[in-house]
Amino acid sequence: MTTKKITFKVNNKEVTVEVDVRESLLEVLRNELNLKGVKKGCSVGECGACTVLVNGEAIDSCIYLAIWADGKEIKTIEGEETEGKLSKLQQAFVDEGAVQCGFCTPGFVMSARALLDSGKKLSREDIKKGMSGNMCRCTGYQNIIKAVEKSIED
Amino acid sequence: MYNIVKFEEAHSVKEAIQLLQENPKARLIAGGSDVLIKIHGGKIEDTELISIHGIPELSGISYEADGTIVIGSGTTFSKIANHPLIIENVPVLGEAVEMVGGPQIRNIGTIGGNICNGVTSADSASTLFALDASLRIQGASGIRIIAIEDFYQGPGKVDLQHDEILTAVLLSQENYRGFGGHYIKYAMRNAMDIATLGCAVVCKIKDKMLVEDFRLAFGVAAPTPVRCRKAEKLAIGKTFSEELLDEISKAAVAEVNPRTSWRASKEFRLQLVEELSKRAFKEAFIKAGGEL
Repeated sequence: MTTKKITFKVNNKEVTVEVDVRESLLEVLRNELNLKGVKKGCSVGECGACTVLVNGEAIDSCIYLAIWADGKEIKTIEGEETEGKLSKLQQAFVDEGAVQCGFCTPGFVMSARALLDSGKKLSREDIKKGMSGNMCRCTGYQNIIKAVEKSIED
Repeated sequence: MYNIVKFEEAHSVKEAIQLLQENPKARLIAGGSDVLIKIHGGKIEDTELISIHGIPELSGISYEADGTIVIGSGTTFSKIANHPLIIENVPVLGEAVEMVGGPQIRNIGTIGGNICNGVTSADSASTLFALDASLRIQGASGIRIIAIEDFYQGPGKVDLQHDEILTAVLLSQENYRGFGGHYIKYAMRNAMDIATLGCAVVCKIKDKMLVEDFRLAFGVAAPTPVRCRKAEKLAIGKTFSEELLDEISKAAVAEVNPRTSWRASKEFRLQLVEELSKRAFKEAFIKAGGEL
């Protein structure tokens, strides 16, 4: 099958990889680049566990072909911390107990990141809507929303 | 790894058409939120794909000299919902596409894919029907324009030849200027769901009470999205009232043809048609400058 050499930025680092055109971005991030924080959940764009940012926009990396990432800027959960220090958003997840089994957490954090970076003033409804493409099967939604709210407070 | 047997990447519409001609079994992929899921589910096998993902000439929204709003078929739902031209001139369309899936899906799903799938539940479709949108289709032999209503031929079937591409959705000025509109998606969840029924109304109101123009369209009320022309005729020229709402909603029920599916029964959908046409008309009336 055809492969293609693509170059893109992941968490501010430029990478060049030879990808199979049949591969999803999720597969390349996890298997080639060892970014295991990107979770494989439903594989059909419903659960949001594989959420990453492509040029600042949240997408489900399971239904995004890897070759489409060529020339783009990708951010995964691994790019959220700085030199071993959690971001304010991550810390808010810890403080609010927004993590139970933790499987959905990277996806939720990335969706929240896209919301925060939009620069818009966010109401509780905006947060709920912005996170509606992510599922938490421990049903910890209340604390997740509280965490995002907390991260906007100064 | 997706079961794709052949993959080509087009960088322009012209190249995509050429690739379609060279590959008689290939299908187009734009955002991927439908095609990739079908491949994953085994609904399409040994797929040959031509990617039109991110072709610049297919993306974006612009104004033509005559006031026509041109929406590139590759424009994502998020881009449409947040675009100043849409917010200012056709807010109802932005509101309708904000109901699609969730944020991640709206960031990749395109309006062209939503239409070309030919499904009756497409959230953009009923509003585009109410707005009398036209579609610009480009093929090897040139460009043609077709009314969206004529484009839908049956469930999953649209008037698109193998070597043709839907390149833009056109909204002419006389179909949006001065109108107010409202779309209601009835579903089991507020996000990540497919419409049980979709109802779109656009209307023009004169002197705060008189219905000058009125269009009523539904998704999932028939095998394709539909307009209710008889109900529309009943409203035009009338003064807005509760009685008029009753009259048009009953007329709409007589015009639609929903089916029973695992999502909902035909009877329930008919009840939704009656109730939602009233609610949507009322909201659209107010947005169009009407006063109760």
